Amino acid sequence: MKNNLFTYTLRIADDSLILGQRLSEWCGHGPIIEEDIALTNIALDLIGQATSLLEYAAVAENKGRSADDLAFLRFENQYFNTQLVEQKNGDFAVTIVRQWIFDTFRLPFYEALQHSSDKQLAAIAEKSLKETKYHWKHSSEWIIRMGDGTEESNKRVNDALILLWKFSDELFYMDDVDKELISQGIAVDLETLRPAFNERIHYVLQQATLQLPDSKWKLSGGRQGRHTEHFGHLIAEMQYMQRAYPNMEW
Amino acid sequence: MKEQNLADLEAAFNEKLKQDIRIEPKDWMPDAYRKTLIRQISQHAHSEIVGMLPEGNWITRAPNLRRKAVLLAKVQDEAGHGQYLYSAMETLGFSREQSIDDMHTGKAKYSSIFNYPTLTWADMGAVGWLVDGAAIMNQVPLCRTSYGPYARAMVRICKEESFHQRQGYEIMCTLMKGSEDQKAMAQDALNRFWWPALMMFGPSDAESTHTQQSIDWKIKRHTNDELRQMFVDASVPQAQLIGLTIPDPDLKWNEERGHYDFGEIDWEEFKQVVSGNGPCNAERIAARVKAKEEGMWVREAAMAYAEKKKAKKAS
Ligand SMILES: [Fe+2]
Ligand SMILES: [Fe+2]
Ligand SMILES: [Fe+2]
Repeated sequence: MKNNLFTYTLRIADDSLILGQRLSEWCGHGPIIEEDIALTNIALDLIGQATSLLEYAAVAENKGRSADDLAFLRFENQYFNTQLVEQKNGDFAVTIVRQWIFDTFRLPFYEALQHSSDKQLAAIAEKSLKETKYHWKHSSEWIIRMGDGTEESNKRVNDALILLWKFSDELFYMDDVDKELISQGIAVDLETLRPAFNERIHYVLQQATLQLPDSKWKLSGGRQGRHTEHFGHLIAEMQYMQRAYPNMEW
Repeated sequence: MKEQNLADLEAAFNEKLKQDIRIEPKDWMPDAYRKTLIRQISQHAHSEIVGMLPEGNWITRAPNLRRKAVLLAKVQDEAGHGQYLYSAMETLGFSREQSIDDMHTGKAKYSSIFNYPTLTWADMGAVGWLVDGAAIMNQVPLCRTSYGPYARAMVRICKEESFHQRQGYEIMCTLMKGSEDQKAMAQDALNRFWWPALMMFGPSDAESTHTQQSIDWKIKRHTNDELRQMFVDASVPQAQLIGLTIPDPDLKWNEERGHYDFGEIDWEEFKQVVSGNGPCNAERIAARVKAKEEGMWVREAAMAYAEKKKAKKAS
């Protein structure tokens, strides 16, 4: 039997979880101490959001699995995050562009999800929105600094855009799960977010003296559990303790 | 006249020390006092930053969501400590960049403990419990150190360090309540970190070159050996309480002294690790140098952008 609320919550949770995991790889290696602090802080917020969402997904599933079971004990093709968030950190420009595309989507998404008829999702969205506003400000400022900084930074941020923009469209992916929950006032109709998303993207790019890549080609698959090649390594590292020492308290 | 002036300044400085009035950045201070503080504060700041690496090593492998979040928060705190301490150091007229370069070339030191590897999850327990625990022993007295900005930074830092210490000990408690594998993991971590933690207090008083002068200046309030004894006395009962064995056959309670007696530290190992030959010295420095080099273009971009903004405003 399909459980739409479970799947829907899990998709949102997995985006936060996997991006939080990726960002935490930066810890101790940032370009300046202030960025070490900022990236860690964002990772911490995302892990916190993932925890709330996975706890709720576990309740929605009602099969006795915990948030930790969901986070650490699924197979690769049972994670439903978008491919964007699993992309490798690369250099600082890649990390920031990945974050910025995601934040620019998450901002209107949480704004809308606050009004969900599902009280729990609405509450999580309200809390997460405050965090996301800060994340978006942080990533947007860096896009502008890099774009309008030096020749090298402009090239790096531009290369990162070319690398990652093709993953942006998957953030708007919807299927029957969404459609049924939209009709109940639970889910957000992602199509309605496009104008706000596009406006914010162009607003920042213009200040950064940057442009979107020409190619209209888009990649997707994460929402169906199809991931990119390095995702398995991310999961292997994240799950190591739970796989090596099953059923223990930590 | 000039000599008289200097004598007056020195007398005023000593009078302040005597009355426990804080020395502030704009106050006159002897050169050697300033140098000692720069050395000590920068060493402390570098330790916070390098200390992010051994714990950062386990964030991506933390066993559950709660532990992952707590560890992220801890490592973030350490970065914040580095930041306050570099700021305190800069009030003495020495730049953060210069000081970081000195660490990269080996001219400036950081705590030798961070040259040991973190091999299992239990090391996150041992590091929090013992390393942050030893840091607290060293640092609580520094909240009353004679240099104002340093003392104020320490007040803020000590609150967080004691939180870290409790979290680390709590990891150990959880492991000791767990399976045989978990208990063995905890004991193994203690075995590896106990002696390096004792070394964190530095050379013995007989060998220490800086201690007496630092105590006279009220930079330090206790000698290395006094602090080490306080740490042993505090940690042994904590180990016993949860069933861990301190890896020291000579450890025993001395009724007469009211303290634990403990075995001799391997000073040759200490010397080697401090002078660059520990298990991870090269890796730690390489990681910091890499972060600096790969971050160069980012810092240049931020500066270039700030310059452009300023120029636009002016025109
Ligand atoms: Fe610290
Ligand atoms: Fe410290
Ligand atoms: Fe700490």
